[in-house]
Amino acid sequence: MTLLRIRNLSVDFATASGAFRAVDGVDQDVDTGEILAIVGESGSGKSVSMLAVMGLLPWTATITADEVTFDGHDLLNIDSRARRRIVGNDLAMIFQEPMSSLNPCFTVGWQIKEALRFHLGLNRRDRHARAVELFEQVGIPDPEKRLSAFPHQLSGGMNQRVMIAMAIACKPKLLIADEPTTALDVTIQAQILDLLASLREETGMGLVLITHDMGVVAETAERVSVQYAGQKVEEQPVGDLFDVPHHPYTAALLDALPERATERMLPTIPGVVPGQFDRPQGCLFSPRCKFADDRCRSTPPPALGAELGHARCFYPLNTDERIAS
Amino acid sequence: MLNYVLSRLLTFIPTFIGVTLISFSFIRALPGDPIVVMAGERGLTDERYAELSAQFGFDRPIYVQFWEYLTGVLQGDLGTSFVTKRPVWDEFFALFPATLELSVCAMIFAVVLGLPAGVIAAVNRGKLFDRALMSTALVGYSMPIFWWALLLIIVFSGNLGWTPVSGRISLMYYFPDATGFMLIDSLASGQKGAFASAVQHLLLPTIVLGTIPLAVIARQTRSAMLEVLGEDYIRTARAKGMSPGRINGVHALRNAMIPVITVIGLSVGTLLAGAILTETIFSWPGIGKWMVDSIFRRDYPVVQGGLLLIAVMVMVVNLTVDMLYGVINPKIRKR
Ligand SMILES: Nc1ncnc2c1ncn2[C@@H]1O[C@H](COP(=O)(O)OP(=O)(O)OP(=O)(O)O)[C@@H](O)[C@H]1O
Ligand code: SF4
Ligand SMILES: [Mg+2]
Repeated sequence: MTLLRIRNLSVDFATASGAFRAVDGVDQDVDTGEILAIVGESGSGKSVSMLAVMGLLPWTATITADEVTFDGHDLLNIDSRARRRIVGNDLAMIFQEPMSSLNPCFTVGWQIKEALRFHLGLNRRDRHARAVELFEQVGIPDPEKRLSAFPHQLSGGMNQRVMIAMAIACKPKLLIADEPTTALDVTIQAQILDLLASLREETGMGLVLITHDMGVVAETAERVSVQYAGQKVEEQPVGDLFDVPHHPYTAALLDALPERATERMLPTIPGVVPGQFDRPQGCLFSPRCKFADDRCRSTPPPALGAELGHARCFYPLNTDERIAS
Repeated sequence: MLNYVLSRLLTFIPTFIGVTLISFSFIRALPGDPIVVMAGERGLTDERYAELSAQFGFDRPIYVQFWEYLTGVLQGDLGTSFVTKRPVWDEFFALFPATLELSVCAMIFAVVLGLPAGVIAAVNRGKLFDRALMSTALVGYSMPIFWWALLLIIVFSGNLGWTPVSGRISLMYYFPDATGFMLIDSLASGQKGAFASAVQHLLLPTIVLGTIPLAVIARQTRSAMLEVLGEDYIRTARAKGMSPGRINGVHALRNAMIPVITVIGLSVGTLLAGAILTETIFSWPGIGKWMVDSIFRRDYPVVQGGLLLIAVMVMVVNLTVDMLYGVINPKIRKR
């Protein structure tokens, strides 16, 4: 069953130097209980697209879309009061920097119980019991004591566990995790990812995992959406994506993986994601694509069909005799 | 925490000696001789002058005078007023409640209006309320107290006749000053209308004295809130589905309070300085007016003792503020 359905989502920021399109016509579906990974380099609009769904963008952002529905609610035309009943409740999100994402002035217990009070209306005793239970669930040792700690008294990994406990406090149907491990040590990263995957098993919630780490994708995700410069350029089940990538950008990302490197030097994709002032006319990837020709540089390619991973490319790879365009 | 307080108290000692020295020299640096001022127009014979001079100890070297003053102060003796012959200490505490009452009211006025105004301005950044408030605050901040007081007196006392021009209470009422705080005493006296009269008398001086702190607090609250509202933990609170009222009033304000409390603490100094002028304008019988009168009379013990006490109060307030930081944001306690 489709839990989150996004059609043609665009986000424009009003900046001092004019409008800037950070998300450009993105389609996305997340099913109940599934793990979708969104990957792409920095600045490809991964965070912004999910913040738009959550309604957490600053007022400088203009959101347009044909459809954004979550669990039967139209998030596009919802008033803020009704949205607040969904966000933090059925739809939760955790962020990259666990340290700065928790309020330094309040204990972590206070911060987790707050959500329990507002969304579930639990009384003081039940809130405490549930908070202890949640801390146990996310693997925080000695929960009774930890509840009265302030964020600065805990490590980054512990704080991310607190964030996760807070996010799953009201048993959400969908959890969006925006690079939940980027700021953490490598060993802690694996633990947090395992925790998220096992919570998904236990609770049956859907999980959107934003990352720029293909290794994380390979281990955790079921379906992968590749984003580039605000556009979704390809989407496939994880196995197919790694075996038969259709978009040259996906292929380049995979080539850059250490274990796939054939030469001694790690191949990186030359160039950077286009910003506000150097957005190309045609295909956004054309300045960095080794297959680019004049058509690519002058005309934006449309998204192809599902059998070609919705790739936004005139010359998709691995087409096995099928004709692309 | 205790160690911290003690170490802070230790740093008081040099400050204290410095303030003693400054207050001692300040009044002596002014031209004019207290004995001549006291004698008035009748003048003095040379013998009488020498006699008085010896009585006040002016014939001895200045450093001896300072040393005596300092040792006296350390034993809690601030000396005796040249004019009234009463101990400075007694005079101070007789008049201080009036100043404290006025200052506290002015501070409450400034905080109660300034804090919400700053929060609302920050939340509605760039909108009409924000711009209006910030321009008003700028005007309030740069308004000369004297001119502002006169303007208010002309409008509210002169044209409208709503408020009295001077004093703490109407002469119609009389009762012993049990606490020295007119609001409390008038209420305790049970006399009808006494409290209302006390409030009326307090109104204009409070507004005059509170205006600059109000402007400062509103601006500081606004800028602190703007900074805090961009923090990640505010996004987390919104992601939890908390209401804007709760986010601004609880999650953000608590963090924004640190710089705001700092300026509130610093305003206490400004407030006491402003009290001197305000009390003079409104004939408010507090230490401000007492100090000004004493400066004109060259009443050395009163001026130096008064300055010292004011400085000590400011120091104590600043220490309290420093300790409040740790209470509000526990991260700061951990230095
Ligand atoms: N508030 C904002 N105002 C203007 N531009 C913004 C704002 N937030 C994000 N952007 C821009 O939108 C683009 C997409 O940003 P986004 O944070 O979604 O990237 P991302 O894919 O999440 O990258 P990262 O891996 O760095 O998190 C970036 O170019 C960024 O500069
Ligand atoms: S459309 Fe052209 S430039 Fe763009 S990715 Fe495909 S081949 Fe490369
Ligand atoms: Mg991001």
